[in-house]
Amino acid sequence: MKNEHNTYLGLVFGAIKTLLIGMKTSIKVYFRKKVTEQYPENRKELKMFDRFRGTLTMPHNENNEHHCIACGLCETACPNDTIKVISKNIETEDGKKKRILDRYEYNLGSCIFCMLCVNACPHDAITFDQDFEHAVFDKSKLILKLNHEGSKVEEKKKEQ
Amino acid sequence: MFDFSIVTNWVHSTLTSVMPEGWAVFIECVVIAVWIITLYALLAIALIYMERKVCGFFQCRLGPNRVGKWGCFQVFADVLKMLTKEIFNPKNADQFLYNLAPFLVIIASFLTFSCLPINKGASILDFNVGVFFLLAASSIGVLGILLAGWGSNNKYSLIGAMRSGAQIVSYELSAGLSIMTAVVLTGTMSFSGIIEYQADGWLIFKGHIPAIIAFLTYLVAGNAECNRGPFDLPEAESELTAGYHTEYSGMHFGFFYLAEYLNMFIIAAVAATIFLGGWMPLHIGGLDGFNAVMDFIPGFVWYFAKAFFVVFLLMWIKWTFPRLRIDQLLSFEWKYLMPLCMANLLLMTLMVVFGLHF
Repeated sequence: MKNEHNTYLGLVFGAIKTLLIGMKTSIKVYFRKKVTEQYPENRKELKMFDRFRGTLTMPHNENNEHHCIACGLCETACPNDTIKVISKNIETEDGKKKRILDRYEYNLGSCIFCMLCVNACPHDAITFDQDFEHAVFDKSKLILKLNHEGSKVEEKKKEQ
Repeated sequence: MFDFSIVTNWVHSTLTSVMPEGWAVFIECVVIAVWIITLYALLAIALIYMERKVCGFFQCRLGPNRVGKWGCFQVFADVLKMLTKEIFNPKNADQFLYNLAPFLVIIASFLTFSCLPINKGASILDFNVGVFFLLAASSIGVLGILLAGWGSNNKYSLIGAMRSGAQIVSYELSAGLSIMTAVVLTGTMSFSGIIEYQADGWLIFKGHIPAIIAFLTYLVAGNAECNRGPFDLPEAESELTAGYHTEYSGMHFGFFYLAEYLNMFIIAAVAATIFLGGWMPLHIGGLDGFNAVMDFIPGFVWYFAKAFFVVFLLMWIKWTFPRLRIDQLLSFEWKYLMPLCMANLLLMTLMVVFGLHF
């Protein structure tokens, strides 16, 4: 069997066999369901894959609370100066000074979707969602504020 | 079976009754020229559309689907774009040869195309050495390709043209030998004679083993001759940008493009005519009722159905296999394909001598 491929006729028949295998494979693909997404028509049911990087978002829970502690690690990690974390100092009820998030500014126009900010975040406060329809008519509309109005940081539940 | 020569004879007699014969023949020639050019253009559009759709399906895509329903006007849009583009001449090119080359290619293609009988009595060029003429006319095309490569003063073009020359000259032998195998069986070189011979069964059934081998070798050699499929070295996109037509633009490029697709159709149509019976319906000896039903389908429908079936086979091959290297290409022809064709020709001759065919 081994030196069949070294003889002239063995080579010919081996070649015909492999060519037919190739043609069988391609005709199977020909009748398979096509993978093409027809985008504007199917935008209702279009589902991007899980790891798709659409827009940077800051998830809020039902009490309008987020995880951001305004540490600014994302801002330092960003290679493009896309993120600006603007914080303010407040005094809590028990008299402690605390730095909390005021505005989380994200410029979609300069984001390169490298995901370094999400990887840098120690509290998983930010993530990329699936939304990719980014076109707007004015550049200023690309600067997004990610924390919602009146939101506050979610307090850690103290384990007793 | 509708005989188209009734129409042509009627036209000829009507014209000769009102004018001298010379004028009548002249008018008929003009009408036929216009008919060939129109059919050529329409077939090219259909083939380019089919190629893009079939290619898409083989790659698990949908292919063009935006211009018109299922993208059916895509190729018309492309043709309009091509017609409006500028034709420019490179500075140091050989202007005469550079401008001549696309016309040589397209003329060779037209000449070959006019040999093909579309319906009973509807063959434009039909004489006793028709097959010989077809082989001769189709090999003018390589001259145009060589001139295009030489004339455009570009190293990619030149390499492409040289590869094309080596390739077409080699594979012409195999194509010729495969057709000779069919000629040995039918005993005639005119296309109408070959088709008449297949009235009681297509050649691929009548000649069984050697005819099937000849059909396959003709498809391989023909595919190589029209620079397609795994044999597209002269215009290898990843190596030579566009090969011999790198420097061409606008309709000059369009001529090469049309000729490439029509050459593929011609190869398919010749294979269909010689081995699958051309316009001859599927006849099975003895079943007269079945044969009568088959005769109701007009000849040109049979012809185009068979030709497009072979075109699909060629596309299947093209979109399955990767491109060969030039040394693989030449050793495949000289060490494998041509000896096979010669042995096959011998086998067919022995079969005809001892009467072993149907």
